[in-house]
Amino acid sequence: MSRVRSDYEKTLWRKIVRFVNGENDLFDEQSGFNIEAEELDARKRKLFFEEAEWNKKKVQITELIEERSEESEKKAVRLYERFYRLFAVITCVAIIAILLATVVNLPDYGDASNPVNNVVSRKYIEDGIEDTGAVNIVAGMILDYRAFDTLGESHVLFIAAVCVMILLKIDPDSEKGKRFISLENDRAYEPKNDPILVWTTKILVPVIITYGVYIILNGHLSPGGGFSGGAIIGAGLILYLNAFGFKKTEKFFTQKTFSVVSVSALLFYSVSKTYAFFTGANGIHSFISKGTPGDIISAGLILPLNICVGAVVACTMYSFYGMFRKGGL
Amino acid sequence: MINPFTFVLLGFLIICAIAACFCKNFLTSVIIFMSYSVVMSILWMVLESPDLAITEAAVGAGVTSVLFFVTLKKIHAMNDKKNVDNKAPMDDKEKDRSADM
Repeated sequence: MSRVRSDYEKTLWRKIVRFVNGENDLFDEQSGFNIEAEELDARKRKLFFEEAEWNKKKVQITELIEERSEESEKKAVRLYERFYRLFAVITCVAIIAILLATVVNLPDYGDASNPVNNVVSRKYIEDGIEDTGAVNIVAGMILDYRAFDTLGESHVLFIAAVCVMILLKIDPDSEKGKRFISLENDRAYEPKNDPILVWTTKILVPVIITYGVYIILNGHLSPGGGFSGGAIIGAGLILYLNAFGFKKTEKFFTQKTFSVVSVSALLFYSVSKTYAFFTGANGIHSFISKGTPGDIISAGLILPLNICVGAVVACTMYSFYGMFRKGGL
Repeated sequence: MINPFTFVLLGFLIICAIAACFCKNFLTSVIIFMSYSVVMSILWMVLESPDLAITEAAVGAGVTSVLFFVTLKKIHAMNDKKNVDNKAPMDDKEKDRSADM
């Protein structure tokens, strides 16, 4: 009787059969499908744990890296702030030093040999009334001799107003504009109905605007001119707007008013003074009579130019306020 | 050459400039800036340039400060912490008042 072998699977013949079937290596008993289920489970578990540990390590490593990068960022920020302060102090001290040196080297106050008292200013003072017809020599200078500078100034103001519009204007039809208007509506409490403000405005605004008009119209006779008068009118309009709200001011001042008034004023200025720019300020004799110095209608083009500058400045001041307040006119 | 009145004004000018820089409250700072502009316009008057005095008073003390006030209101820097708590009931009162009127 042949005895029953318990290790039947491990006989050489079976091994060869399995090898021919391509199931495992010839003499390697541990590999391949020869693994029992428990062993497989154990291996799986081991693998799983290894993976978990690996993941943990990964997380730790990434955290470490992040911490280190944060630390390095903090360091960089701290370094930047230190340098920033240092450079700010250095720049400030340098500018102060330059300015103080300039002030020390300025010519003495009221000295007769100052560069201010040269031929040009003597010419302006002596021939100013004859050349320009303006009693106020300053107006004659800025609107006749040096009208080009004033043209540039008014254009700078206009461009500033346009830039503020580009930055702050809100389209009320867009979604963002609707949200803004519902969130921060300044007009919710308008009109304010504050008796002190309303009555002060009722008394003051006509006086302020009349004073501004007076300064503009008398620009060639008395101190002042387009810029100061326009600023005063703009301030008066702002006061009126504060007291009575946008609904009342929209009756006479809208976006269209702003563009029409500013652009037409600048156009008139440019057209009426272009000849002087081409001829070097004093070339062609103007056909507009100078009038009697001291009259309101005198001094040729200075009065209309003053009105133009005043209109531009008043519009600009008011539009600044409107833009800052609610993002529109 | 310079009379004592001018000296006093110049002193005011310097004090206002430094105070406007070092003031912690924005509103106070803007008001000090306004007073700086007023002193400066008087100084222009003393220096015999009334054109500049008028412009300084209108632009420096008037329009610029108003623009500053509007900006401070927009960024909610006008109210102290005490006033923020009382803000809502005040607004309701204002609404009622405006509705009454």
